[in-house]
Amino acid sequence: MMSSSPAVSVRDLLVERGGRPVLHGVTFEAPRGSVVGLLGPSGCGKTTLMRCLVGVQTVKGGAVSVLGEPAGSPGLRRRVGYSTQSPAVYADLSVGENLRYFASVLGAPRGDADRVVEEVGLGRHRDQIAATLSGGQLSRANLAVALLGAPELLVLDEPTVGLDPVLRQELWELFRELAERGATLVVSSHVMDEAGRTDRLLLMREGRVLSDSTPASLRASTGADDLEEAFLQVISQRAGSPT
Amino acid sequence: MSLTITLATMRRILAQLRHDHRTLGLLIGVPSLLMILLRYVFDRPGAFDRVGPMLLGLFPFVIMFIVTSVGTLRERTGGTLERLMTMPLGKLDLLLGYALAFGLVALAQVGVVLAISLTWLGLDLNGSVGSLVLVAVLDALLGMALGLFASAFARTEFQAVQFMPAFVLPQALLCGLIMPRGQMAGWLEAVSDVLPLSYAVDAMQEVSREPGFTGALARDVGIIAGCTLLALVLGAATLRRRTG
Ligand SMILES: Nc1ncnc2c1ncn2[C@@H]1O[C@H](COP(=O)(O)OP(=O)(O)OP(=O)(O)O)[C@@H](O)[C@H]1O
Ligand SMILES: [Mg+2]
Repeated sequence: MMSSSPAVSVRDLLVERGGRPVLHGVTFEAPRGSVVGLLGPSGCGKTTLMRCLVGVQTVKGGAVSVLGEPAGSPGLRRRVGYSTQSPAVYADLSVGENLRYFASVLGAPRGDADRVVEEVGLGRHRDQIAATLSGGQLSRANLAVALLGAPELLVLDEPTVGLDPVLRQELWELFRELAERGATLVVSSHVMDEAGRTDRLLLMREGRVLSDSTPASLRASTGADDLEEAFLQVISQRAGSPT
Repeated sequence: MSLTITLATMRRILAQLRHDHRTLGLLIGVPSLLMILLRYVFDRPGAFDRVGPMLLGLFPFVIMFIVTSVGTLRERTGGTLERLMTMPLGKLDLLLGYALAFGLVALAQVGVVLAISLTWLGLDLNGSVGSLVLVAVLDALLGMALGLFASAFARTEFQAVQFMPAFVLPQALLCGLIMPRGQMAGWLEAVSDVLPLSYAVDAMQEVSREPGFTGALARDVGIIAGCTLLALVLGAATLRRRTG
């Protein structure tokens, strides 16, 4: 069945960047309609993995399938939304102009630019030039682009970095709402308290998946209440075990 | 490729320019200013009539080269190119979007310089204004296409700006502006024969001398258009959906 097949399926993914291996055989699946969190220390390969999902990363080996097609297939370009870690919008255009341009490239319906600008809470800054936005506002403008055209898979690279707790809360409510409407979300983060809001949690370290489970079972298996604590335990267990 | 996306890209690039009043002012103002300077440096109608049209072909070429190479480099380094590559935008949509937007800018640029030259500066043209505008806009598109291509080899804006002297100055030296190409050493003439700017300047000389649309002019126009297409194709090959 189409609807029961996972939205994302990654098998034995190998990636080299700058001549050095960065992902060493990553395997995981993201069920449809779920929010999958991607956590791990800086430089562990979260962004690289996300680039593979949207099909802009050259890969050395393995298979990445997205919504039933190989990642990066032309048919996926309207169905997958990507928000990059460092904002990728035109600094010299207003928020509205940026969104309207990307909306027409995506063939998104008229009025979609207005919808997403409200969803990320930038309604009052619609006519402001992107270069003059605050850091958090700019990252929300960047997120808004990924929401255009109501994609079935959203790949969001640290969408809440640098935002205050209230805004983070609001965005996670939005992510949950999108998942309830059937979208699948892969969200990377550094913030451990956000990890508890996901359906599945992928802990990465040095290009490998250390643990792939739900927040609840991660807490149970490590006996740690706090996810940060649980993460540290997983790392030390792995470090102790022979390879 | 899609017409909607191409036109949206054109409008987006024009909107970026519209927000940047200083760049727009420089694009339109600098060639006019240089032309006025040139007119009073020569201060002899004959010499200005000979050199003026050649510069009318050179300015749009040089300026579009710089603007495009820096502009596309900014798309590459700013991440917007990568973002577009995850979207249903064809490489040709992007390139033609640039070509249309900068073609329009070139038209405005040439229009202003030409208006000043023909009235105030008293430029005497034997050929038609129409062919001159055609050649000037083609030169601009050639500069744009080469700029797109060159930007693939630059990692920083400093490097991109350095490509201007590297790509453009040798062509400017050899194109017949400073020394007629027939009077150059044989090997230099051979080099200039394969440089597209030589034909741009040649076409401008043709327009300033001959009243009709001559066969030589048609040949030059064909070569410039061919080089532009070639550079666009090469530029498209440097746009990669997947990168390391
Ligand atoms: N363009 C590149 N060329 C060479 N190496 C790269 C390149 N980009 C990233 N790397 C390396 O690949 C590894 C993984 O980088 P990646 O950006 O995927 O990490 P990350 O988990 O997203 O980190 P962060 O949390 O800091 O964003 C790092 O060691 C990084 O130095
Ligand atoms: Mg990252």
